[in-house]
Amino acid sequence: MTELSLHRGISLHRIGAMILRYWYLLLSSWPRLLELLYWPALQVITWGFLQYYIAENANFFARAGGTLIGAVILWDILFRGQLGFSISFLEEMWARNLGNLMMSPLRPIEFLLALMVMSLIRLAIGIIPMTLLALFLFHFNIYALGLPLIAFFCNLIFTSWSVGIFVSGLVVRNGLGAESIVWTLMFAILPLACVYYPVSVLPVWLQYVAWALPPTYAFEGMRALLIEQTFRSDLMMEALLINAVLLVASLGAFLALLRSAKRHGSLLSGGE
Amino acid sequence: MTENGKASSRPTVADRDSSAAIAVDHLVKVYKQTRAVDDISFSLPRGSITGLLGGNGAGKTTTIAMIMGLVLPTSGRVQVLGHEMPDESASVLGRMNFESPYVDMPMRLTVRQNLTVFGKLYAVKNLTERIARLAADLDLGDFIDRANGKLSAGQKTRVALAKALINQPELLLLDEPTASLDPDTADWVRAHLERYRRDNNATILLASHNMLEVERLCDRVIIMKRGRIEDDDTPEAIMARYNRTTLEEVFLDVARGRANGAKEAVR
Repeated sequence: MTELSLHRGISLHRIGAMILRYWYLLLSSWPRLLELLYWPALQVITWGFLQYYIAENANFFARAGGTLIGAVILWDILFRGQLGFSISFLEEMWARNLGNLMMSPLRPIEFLLALMVMSLIRLAIGIIPMTLLALFLFHFNIYALGLPLIAFFCNLIFTSWSVGIFVSGLVVRNGLGAESIVWTLMFAILPLACVYYPVSVLPVWLQYVAWALPPTYAFEGMRALLIEQTFRSDLMMEALLINAVLLVASLGAFLALLRSAKRHGSLLSGGE
Repeated sequence: MTENGKASSRPTVADRDSSAAIAVDHLVKVYKQTRAVDDISFSLPRGSITGLLGGNGAGKTTTIAMIMGLVLPTSGRVQVLGHEMPDESASVLGRMNFESPYVDMPMRLTVRQNLTVFGKLYAVKNLTERIARLAADLDLGDFIDRANGKLSAGQKTRVALAKALINQPELLLLDEPTASLDPDTADWVRAHLERYRRDNNATILLASHNMLEVERLCDRVIIMKRGRIEDDDTPEAIMARYNRTTLEEVFLDVARGRANGAKEAVR
C-alpha cells in the first residue's frame, strides 16, 4: 500500500470490497448489531426523562424544550461516528488482518474512505432508532430542525472522522496497547465542546479552547435554533473551516504514524 | 526509498538485473541497537523457487517484510518485478501476494466471504470461477461456507494459501507455508506450489525451518545468520561445500558456528 496516492486515483471497487468485508462482519454477529442500538437507546431514554423532570421544575428549560435531548442525539452522532470509524479499524487489528490489507493493492486513502462509509452505516443503525424513540417517548422530533440538522450532522461527522483517523494512526504505530485511546479521546472533548451548556458558562480563557473545536459550534447552533429560533449559518461555516484543517491534519498525522510504523516494524507485530 | 526518505544513486544489483523478480541491494535494517538485516544483496530470476533459511532472529522475516514494503529499510534498495519498493508498490502489489504466520484472515467471515473480499481488492476477474477453482485445487469445498475461526490449523493454512493465490501472483512470498500442517497435507501443499510455479512461471521466495521442504522445492537456497547472508547456492552445491548429505546438517553447522570448519575440511 503506497502512501496517500491521490494522484493515482481512488478505486471505488476496492472501497466497495472493504465495505463488503465490514458488512459481512456486522451480519455475522448479532451482539455487534445489538451493541449499535443499545447505547444510543439507553442514552436517549435516560436523558429524555431527565429533560422531562427539569422541564416541569424550571421555567427556562420549559421554554427551551429539547435542548438536552437534542444535545444527547448530536453528541451521539459525534461519539458514535468516531466509534463506528475506529471499531471497523480495530476489527482489522483484532483479526490480525492489517498486514494482508497493507500488502494488497488497497491504498491508505481507500481504506480510510471505506472506514468513513462504515461509520455512516453504523451510525444510521444506531441513531435512527434513537431519534424515533425520542419522537415517540418524549415528542422530540430532531428532524423538525430541518436543513440546519444537515449542517450540524456534517460538522459533527467530519470531526468524528478526524479523531477516528488520528487514533487509528496511533494504534497502527503503537499496536493494541493504544486501543484505550480509541474509546476515551472523544470524552476529553465532551466538557470543552459545551454539549449540555453554553460556552458562556466556561471561564474566558477556556472559551478560546472551546471555540477551537468544531462540535462547539454545532451545539451552540442547536441551542440558538431551539431557544431563539435562529439558524447561525456563520457558526456552521466557521466549524466547516476548522473541520477542513482538522481533517487535513489528521490525514497527515495518520500517514506520518503509518510511516513510523513501517520504520519500526510495528505492522508485523500489531500486538501490545 | 529508505526510512530516511533517501534513494541511493550508485549502480546496484537492481540496476544490473532489472528483469529479476526480486533484486535486493546492500539492504540494511537497524532496530535501535540491533542490525536485523546487515548489508545483504541478492537477485532472484523470474520463475525460480528460493528458500530463505536461518535460525530465529536471522533476519528472514524482516527481509521479506522489506521486500513487501511493510518495513522500511534503513539503507539499501529493493526492486520487485522491476519496480522500486516501497515507492512504486502500487504498480506491483496487485501482481504479488504472500502468506505469513504474522497475519490471519478475519475469523468471523466464512472462507468464501474472505476470498470474495480479497478477490475484489485484487480486482480478480471472474471471481466466482476463480474461488471455485481454488476451492477445488486446495480442497476447500467441505468448509468453504464455514467461518474461518472455526477451522483447524491445517484448514486455515490452506485458506491462507488460497488467499495468497487468489490473484494468480507472479511473485509469491511465503513465510513458513507448511507450519502446523500434518505431513500428508504439507506434502500435498508442496506439490501444489510446485505445480503453480510450473504452470504460471511464478517466482516463489519461501522462508522455512523445514529443511526437507526446502530441499524438495527450492532450486536455490540463501542461508542467513545474524542478519547476513552466510551462503547462497543450489541445495546440492551447499551440501557438497559443507560435506553434508542433508540441508538440516548444514543448517546445524551454520547455527552452531561449525560452518567455517566444515567448509575448511572440504577444501
